[in-house]
Amino acid sequence: MSQDDIFTRVQKIVKEQLEVELSEVKPEANFANDLGADSLDTVELVMALEEEFDIEIPDEAAEGITTVQACVDYINSQLAAPKA
Amino acid sequence: MTNIERKRVVITGLGAITPIGNTLSEYWEGLLAGKNGIGPITLFDPSRHDCRFAAEVKGYDPHDYLERKEAKRMDRFAQFGVSASKQAVADAKFEINDLNAEQVGVILGTGIGGLKVLEDQQEIYLNRGPDRCSPFMIPMMIANMAAGLTAIHTGAKGPNSCPVTACAAGSNAVGDAFRLVQGGYAQAMICGGTEAAVTPLCVAGFAAARALSTRNDDPTHACRPFDRDRDGFVVGEGAGILMLEEMEYALARGAKIYAEIVGYGLTCDAYHMTSPVPGGNGASRAMALALKDAGLTPDQVSYINAHGTSTLPNDSTETKAIKQTLGDHAYKVAISSTKSMTGHLLGGSGGIEAVATVMAIANDKIPPTINLENPDPECDLDYVPHTSRDLKVDVALSNSFGFGGHNVTLAFKKFVP
Repeated sequence: MSQDDIFTRVQKIVKEQLEVELSEVKPEANFANDLGADSLDTVELVMALEEEFDIEIPDEAAEGITTVQACVDYINSQLAAPKA
Repeated sequence: MTNIERKRVVITGLGAITPIGNTLSEYWEGLLAGKNGIGPITLFDPSRHDCRFAAEVKGYDPHDYLERKEAKRMDRFAQFGVSASKQAVADAKFEINDLNAEQVGVILGTGIGGLKVLEDQQEIYLNRGPDRCSPFMIPMMIANMAAGLTAIHTGAKGPNSCPVTACAAGSNAVGDAFRLVQGGYAQAMICGGTEAAVTPLCVAGFAAARALSTRNDDPTHACRPFDRDRDGFVVGEGAGILMLEEMEYALARGAKIYAEIVGYGLTCDAYHMTSPVPGGNGASRAMALALKDAGLTPDQVSYINAHGTSTLPNDSTETKAIKQTLGDHAYKVAISSTKSMTGHLLGGSGGIEAVATVMAIANDKIPPTINLENPDPECDLDYVPHTSRDLKVDVALSNSFGFGGHNVTLAFKKFVP
């Protein structure tokens, strides 16, 4: 899956979860500051991303993902890694 | 409290989301017109249920009151509560600001809370496991969240709580709020009840307890309080909210005043989980206490908005209780069950019925009891059958009784400064 494909799918999920416009979900957008995500929103968003990409995002990793681009990068790294 | 310490408390704003209308004026006009809010259940597939009808709120759009994300994070019972509260505050033209916010509180009762979200999450839990449960499940489900969210959305930082006394909860909320303003603990209170329990488990549970009507072939005639052919209550949903204010505060700001709240009586049957005590002594004592609290005598009562659920035990027991409290005057007082039109909003019923009682006083009109075609011989009082009535209403009571044996009566009076 290309970075662009991942971004498009992440963008759609973030839009649905956080009820924001698609155009607001830019790579540099910060989930908390730009997209209004609170702590519970973040938990739910992580769950939705885990389902979409069939991956697991541990809490420690999730804490470090503050922007849309960081999210795309993390998912990309997980999809690229060989499954155990 | 002695009378010297007590402050007078008035009603300055009303809000209503109900099965017969989603604004105060629609609700009140619906009540006077005898509008029936009961029909087949559309909120879920009821085909396997013994009772397949309810009094649903129709045409309500939470986005009229809430941002999309806010609405998504609320169970329907909280949406109703917050929306009706916003109506009441706007109706009162009450501005909650930095100066008064800590003097304005919220008490919203509910019987059940966010049952829909709990049912949905239970399904997710069983099918997909505990890791898939929503982080919003608990905050959306807990019964007090309508009161919490109403504070968030209005800025009211004063006393805040949530009685969960089943079908008496809305009336407990209004009575508790009355006490807080009366005692000087708050200048104003947003109070009432909210419920959204037209859900598979709720309907199944009440049906199992044999509390619901099963007149599936004729839902519009299913709720028939005081009628000999009544066979149970009809689940309803919605919210009714009152803005209470300390009288001097309301007068000083030139607020419109609907009526005064003057009495609160509450008792418990201490008898059975779901059945009223035979003879209705608990309910009778609640009415007597409300009158005593208000310094009123039974002969001053013009109207009683009855609990009137349309269950076999309630309506005859409530009739006995009214006779026990009012004596011969029981035969002269106008009584109606507005549940005949709205269904039974459980914890929300005390809220919308307090609104109806206040409007009866403000407008000198009594809403009817519809579907009362053949009165039960044990129910021989004046229940204002079929059509509304013009009547000067100086003092009115609103009764609410709940599973657990809770009995609550609120007393309202025409406002005279």
